[in-house]
Amino acid sequence: MEHTLTKEEIRQEKNLVYKKTNVMTDNILSYCPGCGHGTAHRILAEVIEEMDIQDITIGVDPVGCSVLAYNFFNLDMQQAAHGRAPALATAIKRLFPEKFVFTYQGDGDLAAIGTAETIHACNRGENITIIFINNGIYGMTGGQMAPTTLPGMKSSTSPYGRDVQMMGNPLKITELVAQLPGTCFVTRQAVHTPSTVRRAKRAIRLAFEYQSKNMGLSFIEIVSNCNSGWKMTPRQSNEWMEANMLPFYPLGDIKVPEK
Amino acid sequence: MLRMKKELKLMKGNEAVAEAAIRVGADGYFGYPITPQSEVLEYLMAEKPYERTGMVVLQAESEVAAINMVYGGAGCGKMVMTSSSSPGISLKQEGISYIAGAELPCLIVNVVRGGPGLGTIQPSQSDYFQAVKGGGHGDYKLLVLAPASVQEMADFTTLGFELAFKYRNPVMILSDGAIGQMMEKVELPEQKPRRTEEQIREQCPWATLGKPKNRERNIITSLELDSLKQEQVNLRIQAKYERMKKEEVRYEEIMCDDAEYILIAFGTSARISQKALQLGREKGIKVGLLRPITLFPFPEEAIAKLSQKVKGMLVVEMNAGQMIEDVRLSVCNRTKVEHFGRFGGIIPSPTEVLHALEQKLIGG
Ligand SMILES: Cc1ncc(C[n+]2csc(CCOP(=O)(O)OP(=O)(O)O)c2C)c(N)n1
Ligand code: SF4
Repeated sequence: MEHTLTKEEIRQEKNLVYKKTNVMTDNILSYCPGCGHGTAHRILAEVIEEMDIQDITIGVDPVGCSVLAYNFFNLDMQQAAHGRAPALATAIKRLFPEKFVFTYQGDGDLAAIGTAETIHACNRGENITIIFINNGIYGMTGGQMAPTTLPGMKSSTSPYGRDVQMMGNPLKITELVAQLPGTCFVTRQAVHTPSTVRRAKRAIRLAFEYQSKNMGLSFIEIVSNCNSGWKMTPRQSNEWMEANMLPFYPLGDIKVPEK
Repeated sequence: MLRMKKELKLMKGNEAVAEAAIRVGADGYFGYPITPQSEVLEYLMAEKPYERTGMVVLQAESEVAAINMVYGGAGCGKMVMTSSSSPGISLKQEGISYIAGAELPCLIVNVVRGGPGLGTIQPSQSDYFQAVKGGGHGDYKLLVLAPASVQEMADFTTLGFELAFKYRNPVMILSDGAIGQMMEKVELPEQKPRRTEEQIREQCPWATLGKPKNRERNIITSLELDSLKQEQVNLRIQAKYERMKKEEVRYEEIMCDDAEYILIAFGTSARISQKALQLGREKGIKVGLLRPITLFPFPEEAIAKLSQKVKGMLVVEMNAGQMIEDVRLSVCNRTKVEHFGRFGGIIPSPTEVLHALEQKLIGG
């Protein structure tokens, strides 16, 4: 018969199977339960801990649900105006080329109001890492249409579904930045299953390694859910994401550095 | 690194800003071309300060990007700046508000051209309100310096950085197309070394330089969702402005001792008014000139004092009447205050100014 661990035994160092990374604070996340933002935070923080670069990493967070990311990462962080994170990161990295700099941005932030900053930082080949959370909607402001909202998808500002004739088509900005000479690594990942989490984490690790080698800009899209904005349970939202988002935004590397 | 000694040079106002920035040890300049200030970026690109001192110079994709690059650099405690002209400065306003809200030091140069809209590329002072009353959203102020010569373009670049770091507040040099473009003799300061990372850590313990094990994380933000705390942030910022009012008021008085009439003007208008003053004195009119050098904080007390003993004041501006509101608030109806302005890019002539004085105050 298997021995059930007592409370005291569980607390012993030798029985430790999981430990929260010290690159995250103990603050309670402001995200809705079931939202992918928290998982994306954790794997990013774990990479920074594993690479032991906490003391030389500066993060830039956006306006969006992750506006308070500076409360969750145990890092020096700057909070940018809506869409401008790549501009801040550009300056920080140029002023401190030896430090690690990343931005963490939603789709409204990165692909609507911040399109110019995104494309030009990518095109200049700034040596930074951009983490782009694509949940197809404006989460923070209550579920309005985003540049990434799927055709036919409902949101509070496309209540009858996105009519592409009237509202335009969703923007695949990740494919777009892959065309630019300044990007070295462009990939689309997800964080809704254990295997996608592992792959996404590996991609983040690679991005930081490329940054340390001054190879150019790494762009990691994470297709994620917004169960609140989509008005679904967390589980339904992940199923809906697999059935609808992933066919339109297929996972995998779009551009990798030449060997 | 080249040791640049003090030096006398013939330069444009815009070039003087750029050279002074290199010499004061600035770490970064981020800008976007617009007439009549493009020489700042052009001069820096030609001078290669990244070779002289290690200063970063970058042409951004827009004024919006440029001011947000300034935010990022300033958040690291670096000495960073941008320059532009009126339409570009309008675009920067959101970023400037964030910088003021996050209490970051930086220098912003506005080489004003006539507006509204695309307006004209000729000099103007029509951005006074925007510079002095906040400009962007929220209750904040810039410390505003108004140069009247190429020399002051250089001097205020040095002074501007000093004050920005003293108060952790953005400082604006409010110049205009005439001072930006004209060439004058300018004495340039000696080259100062740029600060090391250690010196930045010491001077700016709040800067985001990466979190070492032995200190809490540093956060640069203007966000505070709890209204009671946000009110405290506002009160703290307002207290800085009160301190500026006590410690930073700068102005120049010319022949005000025996004056019966006072011209009040800044920047290019002050130069024209000084010539008008000479013409007036030659005619036997007892006229003086008060030139505000800081537009915020405004020389309220000096103007109030003069208003008690003179017969009238003429505010001369290259706009439709902006600084006159601050003059009237200082004067409180103790004497007559009139305005003379040309706008749309026109610089008034000294005779026009004298004529306005005679018409509006002496004859009237
Ligand atoms: C200049 C400006 N415009 C609009 C807003 C309002 N706003 C805040 S968050 C947001 C959308 C964020 O959506 P997204 O980037 O997709 O992030 P999410 O919340 O979904 O994570 C908007 C429009 C703002 N804060 N600033
Ligand atoms: S609103 Fe959406 S994106 Fe924002 S925390 Fe909730 S689920 Fe996540």
